[in-house]
Amino acid sequence: MELYTLLREIADSWALLALTLFFVGASIWAFRPGSKVIHQDAANVIFKHDKKPGPVPAGSMPGPSKEA
Amino acid sequence: MWDYAKLIVLAVVALLAAIAANYAHDLPYLVNAIEVAIAATITFIYVLRHVGEDKTINPNEYQDGVIRAGVIATTFWGVVGFLVGVVIAFQLAFPALDLGNITDGIINFGRLRPLHTSAVIFAFGGNALIMSAFYVVQRTSAARLWGGNLGWFVFWGWQLMIVLAASSYILGGTEGKEYAETVWYIDIWIAVVWVAFLFVFVGTLVMRREPHIYVANWFYLSMIVTVAMLHIVNNAAIPISIFSSVSVPIYSGVQDAMVQWWYGHNAVGFFLTAGFLGMMYYFVPKQVERPIYSYKLSIIHFWALIFLYIWAGPHHLHYTALPDWASTLGMVFSIMLWMPSWGGMINGLMTLSGAWDKLRTDPVVRMMVIAIGFYGMSTFEGPVMSIKAVNSLSHYTDWTIGHVHSGALGWNGMITFSVLYFLTPRLWNRDALYSLKLVSWHFWLATIGIVLYAASMWVSGIMEGLMWREVDANGFLVNAFVDTVAAKFPMYVVRGLGGAMYLTGALIMVYNLWMTVKAQPQRAAAYAGVPAE
Repeated sequence: MELYTLLREIADSWALLALTLFFVGASIWAFRPGSKVIHQDAANVIFKHDKKPGPVPAGSMPGPSKEA
Repeated sequence: MWDYAKLIVLAVVALLAAIAANYAHDLPYLVNAIEVAIAATITFIYVLRHVGEDKTINPNEYQDGVIRAGVIATTFWGVVGFLVGVVIAFQLAFPALDLGNITDGIINFGRLRPLHTSAVIFAFGGNALIMSAFYVVQRTSAARLWGGNLGWFVFWGWQLMIVLAASSYILGGTEGKEYAETVWYIDIWIAVVWVAFLFVFVGTLVMRREPHIYVANWFYLSMIVTVAMLHIVNNAAIPISIFSSVSVPIYSGVQDAMVQWWYGHNAVGFFLTAGFLGMMYYFVPKQVERPIYSYKLSIIHFWALIFLYIWAGPHHLHYTALPDWASTLGMVFSIMLWMPSWGGMINGLMTLSGAWDKLRTDPVVRMMVIAIGFYGMSTFEGPVMSIKAVNSLSHYTDWTIGHVHSGALGWNGMITFSVLYFLTPRLWNRDALYSLKLVSWHFWLATIGIVLYAASMWVSGIMEGLMWREVDANGFLVNAFVDTVAAKFPMYVVRGLGGAMYLTGALIMVYNLWMTVKAQPQRAAAYAGVPAE
């Protein structure tokens, strides 16, 4: 099979399916139970650290910190 | 130690650039090489004078110096870009303004046009994206900008790129690709600076002291990653000599056209849309002091935009050598894009719910709302124009120009102005803007300017399209091309006036921002004793 034909076959079958499923999955994932609190929390991030960076998280690894 | 390495590199660059200038095959290359030598020398002297200084930084302070510089650069290049736009608008109405007999073609329309597009998109828009990304990623990650002075490298690297590109266009250097006119060595420099931008941004995200990655950062990051990919693929070219600005693209024929418009449309989709949506998702909620209307919608907006935009490019090549299925694909995906675009618009507008009174009291909010409104209008007009039947009328006419400008002036321009109004008092530690009345003046001048611009281009474009396809009873074309040019003259004058009003508004903004910093006292010592950097 010619390379062009091969790529086209993949693009409009499995690749299309995989990308569509990813998109549908991401949309459903946004509505998962318990996401509301997380999203509210995330939406309010912009009001938290206007003037100064947050406290350095405990432990040497940079990562999530609970205190704001 | 690190300083010495920098000095050696800078000295070598300056020397090589001077040698290259000596061997240059053409004028743009010669001038660019001299500019690089000068820039490297200036940087060399700067580094030399600061060798061995204590460069410890405080990780508990935001790095705002580079953002302040970005605010100034955005404002400056905005005015330059708008000014060149007004000049070329009047050149189209009055071709004598090319001054061809005096300047030997250096400032004719063909040379100034890429100067205008690059100045507004990459200089004004690019600086706005870089500085606002630096601001947003620090505030939402609650961490200082990663990479020390790498942020400054991005800033100055970007300004150098702008100067190189501008002088190259004027002297005839071009790759002949729309919105990607920069010649091969400038393309390489853009890639270097852009990757540094990516490192700074991702580095800050990795070091974040906040569990969430706020949605604005997703939009910024997709913009950075996608633009890097588009830029590198579209500009793949082989220079004819290391001492020449001329290069040959590695694609040919319709493939080259398709790659160009895959780049071209996604430059619109990711540079001018995703990046500026990042601004919307941070600055609109901040200015109205309410969280975004729906965080879930913003996530779906993001993924839908990412998946759909990348396919829309072929609608620039309807009725060409491009295969029919490809242009149909581009059309279908362009129409589907309408949904996420309007979802995003609704999300931005509804953020004001419960705070609509701010529209009356706060002209900056008004500016944001009109920007989002123009985002909605141009993302409705775009899908309509991508339909083949409509495109057969609109393509190659001024309608396209009007569409681009309702998006660029209305959406990108207005949201950037509102961000500049938001940032200036905060970054220079002033209580408020110097004058809200002047913001209102700016708002109305810009809005009426855009309306004049878009309306005149609709009339002119549809008239052109109809005149071009008009045939008489025997099937002969009724109009010569020059007939359409003559018929468009009044519309061209109106368009020029609209542009002049937009430029006037921007100049008022410059005065207002200047006075915000100069004429007002610094806010009382919240940060007394803390260095700005």
